[in-house]
Amino acid sequence: MSKVKELPGEALVTAASSPSIANSSRAYVERIRGGDMGALPAVFGLVVLCTAFALARPSFLTAINFANLFTQGAAITVIAMGLVFVLLLGEIDLSAGFTSGVCAAVLAVTLTDMGMPWYVAVLAAIVSGVVIGTMLGTLVAKVGIPSFVVTLAAFLAFQGLALVLVNEGTNISINDPVIKAIAQRNLPPALGWALYAACVAAYALVQIVRSRKRARRGLVSEPISLIAARVGALAVIGGAAVYVLNLERSFNPEFASLTGVPIVVPVILTLLVVWTFVLRRTAFGRHLYAVGGNAEAARRAGIAVDRIRISAFVICSSMAAVGGIIAASRASSVDPNTGGSSVLLYAVGAAVIGGTSLFGGKGRALDAILGGAVIAVIENGMGLMQYGASVKYLVTGFVLLLAAGVDALARKRAAAAGLR
Amino acid sequence: MTPLLEVRGIDKSFGPVQVLHDVAFSAYAGEVTALVGDNGAGKSTLVKCVGGIYPIDAGEIVFEGRPVQVHGPRDAGDLGIEIVYQDLALCDNLDIVQNMFLGRERKSGLVLDEATMEELAGQTLDGLSVRTVKSIRQQVSSLSGGQRQTVAIAKAVLWNSRVVILDEPTAALGVAQTAQVLELVRRLADKGLAVVLISHNMNDVFAVSDRIAALYLGRMAAQVRTADVTHAQIVELITSGRSGDLGLKNGITP
Repeated sequence: MSKVKELPGEALVTAASSPSIANSSRAYVERIRGGDMGALPAVFGLVVLCTAFALARPSFLTAINFANLFTQGAAITVIAMGLVFVLLLGEIDLSAGFTSGVCAAVLAVTLTDMGMPWYVAVLAAIVSGVVIGTMLGTLVAKVGIPSFVVTLAAFLAFQGLALVLVNEGTNISINDPVIKAIAQRNLPPALGWALYAACVAAYALVQIVRSRKRARRGLVSEPISLIAARVGALAVIGGAAVYVLNLERSFNPEFASLTGVPIVVPVILTLLVVWTFVLRRTAFGRHLYAVGGNAEAARRAGIAVDRIRISAFVICSSMAAVGGIIAASRASSVDPNTGGSSVLLYAVGAAVIGGTSLFGGKGRALDAILGGAVIAVIENGMGLMQYGASVKYLVTGFVLLLAAGVDALARKRAAAAGLR
Repeated sequence: MTPLLEVRGIDKSFGPVQVLHDVAFSAYAGEVTALVGDNGAGKSTLVKCVGGIYPIDAGEIVFEGRPVQVHGPRDAGDLGIEIVYQDLALCDNLDIVQNMFLGRERKSGLVLDEATMEELAGQTLDGLSVRTVKSIRQQVSSLSGGQRQTVAIAKAVLWNSRVVILDEPTAALGVAQTAQVLELVRRLADKGLAVVLISHNMNDVFAVSDRIAALYLGRMAAQVRTADVTHAQIVELITSGRSGDLGLKNGITP
């Protein structure tokens, strides 16, 4: 121990952990070497894919296509964000896709067939998600059926349920302007900028206040330069995105102007902030990680493991419901295929590509967005290249396998490095 | 001197197998009581009964002279009884502070009070003169066996605990790390805690303990002061349940 100070709580702090950019970056490199890749594969994948598609199809880089990416990826990203909670526990929810379909059908039925106002329909859809999640979670946690089997059964059953809800295969159209706006309309450009400024300012404020508080109590705090770098990165990336989204992207601006940040973007950002807060700043979030890391240790620490399991499934299914609402909004209709075909695998893929581990104990809400972006870019770019469904499925399947492979290898590597 | 923790007449069965028969056991404040016995003698079961992991079939648990009910780990924790299990029960994916406060996080309102938790964890580790970890925000997955043991023990004493029970704390450690952990065990007792040390290693037992309790086939063979017995007597108590005047009178055959 080189630098032992007298302050309580600080005697453990050596030069190795003292804050500076150099030390932080060294710690980051060490983490990656040790197998904890974090967001790196997703970011790397995004850069490679975007470069490739931009070179092959210049139309990939247009403002209208950029905006399309958000609305295309939104539903999957939201479902993936819910899946992160289940994956954190080392469980899986294979029914999340059709859960979103069932909840979308509930939305459509209450909205169109029963003529309820939009907020009642949204509430009904989310409550359906909560009920489904409670049911799945109880079967897994209390009865003890492996989540794989429970949700595989639900995967089948919910297809039937969706058929029942939409009267054996009819297509229910959605005409409510509020619901349709979620995935089809944009914020006024000025509001987009205001929201952007508020987000960056709030992020900077939270970071600085926390660092100050810790410094005042004599604890290791992050260097201001690191905070500045992070806030700067957010400001640049966010600013560029808002700028591009605020460009005119209508082919005929005199007829109908099309500018602004899609409304789904603030919706997803709000969900991101809420779930990040829950995971990182609340005891509930801490317990989720603990159960995922070592359920027995969590149980001995007096954590109600069953309750944590059930709530993870509830969160997953209600997020699937939100995803279903977004999907219904984008399509302006709900049919028995809503949430079907590739939705579930895309969502699981998004979470895993983003860096959430299939083995539990590791994952963030942000992972869903990073992974969701990768999936959206693949889907969108392949569409522009005019590849058929066959190639899309093949490529996405391969990417999911690749992400899971990276996850498994990282885990092996961490074990070899004595990190696990 | 009255014992801080005393159990009397404990019976415990798992289905048709009776693991504990009428077991009595005492631990005193400021002393290290070694709990020894062969594999399957019931050491871990006894500890888990005290810790509220297993419900007892019969008998009573007396804490500070008054009978208490222990229905779960929380009850034991509320009394100030902490158990450090052989498998440590640490979450690899959490850091040292997060592990030490697991299940009993400090909160300010809805939010976790990380700064206070970090301070308290740091103070506890300092109080135990632990100087071997680089940062208390290190993930447990990156710690060595001895460091993990230290964290697990520090976690147990963080709660102003009165009784700390250590299940084979040195079983998986090297020579230097074993010495470190034993030193820590002695320090806990010197701070006034009642320490119960489960061990197979006679050297460890004689190095740190003040009293020895030997279990034999689910029965308490003898509770003696370490100074009054020899190495050989304890080995005899462990293997046959009796040694001269000590041990079970009406010989129990395996």
